[in-house]
Amino acid sequence: MSAHIASKKLYVTIWASLIGLTILTAAVSYLELGAFNIVLALVIATAKMLLVALFFMGVKYISEKMTLVVIVAGLFWLMILLILSMTDYISRPWI
Amino acid sequence: MADSPPAVVTHNPELQHHFTTLEQQTEAAVMGMWVFLITEIMFFGGMFAGYMIYRFMYYQAWLEGSQHMDFWYGSINTVVLLCSSLTMALAVRSTQLGLRRSSVVLLLITILFGLAFLGIKGVEYYGHIVDEHQFPGPSFRFAGAYTAQVEMFFSFYFAMTGFHALHMVIGVGLVSFVAYHAWKGRYHAHYYTPVENVGLYWHFVDIVWIYLYPLFYLISHIHK
Repeated sequence: MSAHIASKKLYVTIWASLIGLTILTAAVSYLELGAFNIVLALVIATAKMLLVALFFMGVKYISEKMTLVVIVAGLFWLMILLILSMTDYISRPWI
Repeated sequence: MADSPPAVVTHNPELQHHFTTLEQQTEAAVMGMWVFLITEIMFFGGMFAGYMIYRFMYYQAWLEGSQHMDFWYGSINTVVLLCSSLTMALAVRSTQLGLRRSSVVLLLITILFGLAFLGIKGVEYYGHIVDEHQFPGPSFRFAGAYTAQVEMFFSFYFAMTGFHALHMVIGVGLVSFVAYHAWKGRYHAHYYTPVENVGLYWHFVDIVWIYLYPLFYLISHIHK
């Protein structure tokens, strides 16, 4: 990672994509989709998160595998927190 | 890896004696930064989990509350933060290339974007707290239905955006710190770890906002 230097053009392209996705998410938020408003917004947000993490934070260029293990473990932990918490609350009315 | 230093650098003042190479030292520092960012994910993750559970339980109140968010302030602030992330990424790049002047200028622009974000957030908070009486507590006022549940929505709003704003304040301080040292010429092509790690922090705070924006401003199709 230390040796990788991305081009200025790449960074500007990523930034333009992020601005484009922001305009897109703001525009589609006016559509009446009910519960799917937030689903669509979060899908776009995740696309933006990936662009920032992979290119601006350079995750794509990390050569040290242990660092990748740290990142994946952190995200996996977050999924445990969010998904397992929700399985509890969603399934309570089923009983 | 073409511009990496040779494997054995005996007299490089930036190389700490417990590392073999500068590359190893940089990778260790970046990994340490990521471990810290994981603790930050845990910190914000708890609030996101709480948000999600109450959003599930108080579904209608969350829609009501979201309709009282300042859609345009939120959208403009998203754009401001994305611009600051670009200048931050370019600042790290300039430092890697040893371009001192452009590195300092880009860091200063990043600070300005950060301050602009905080300024807009301040105006937004002022409207919510002073004009609309939406700060949770004895002074909370809400005309619509589900008053207590909407108050909970605003508790999450102030807690999550407040902690995000606190991270922005710390971020502005950190960027100022590296901007000063970059201006003093402390960083160059073979040593720029502080700039890189402050950059990682800045982008992380940006990512938190990328999720806060839809969760508070975009869950209802009706905008203020």
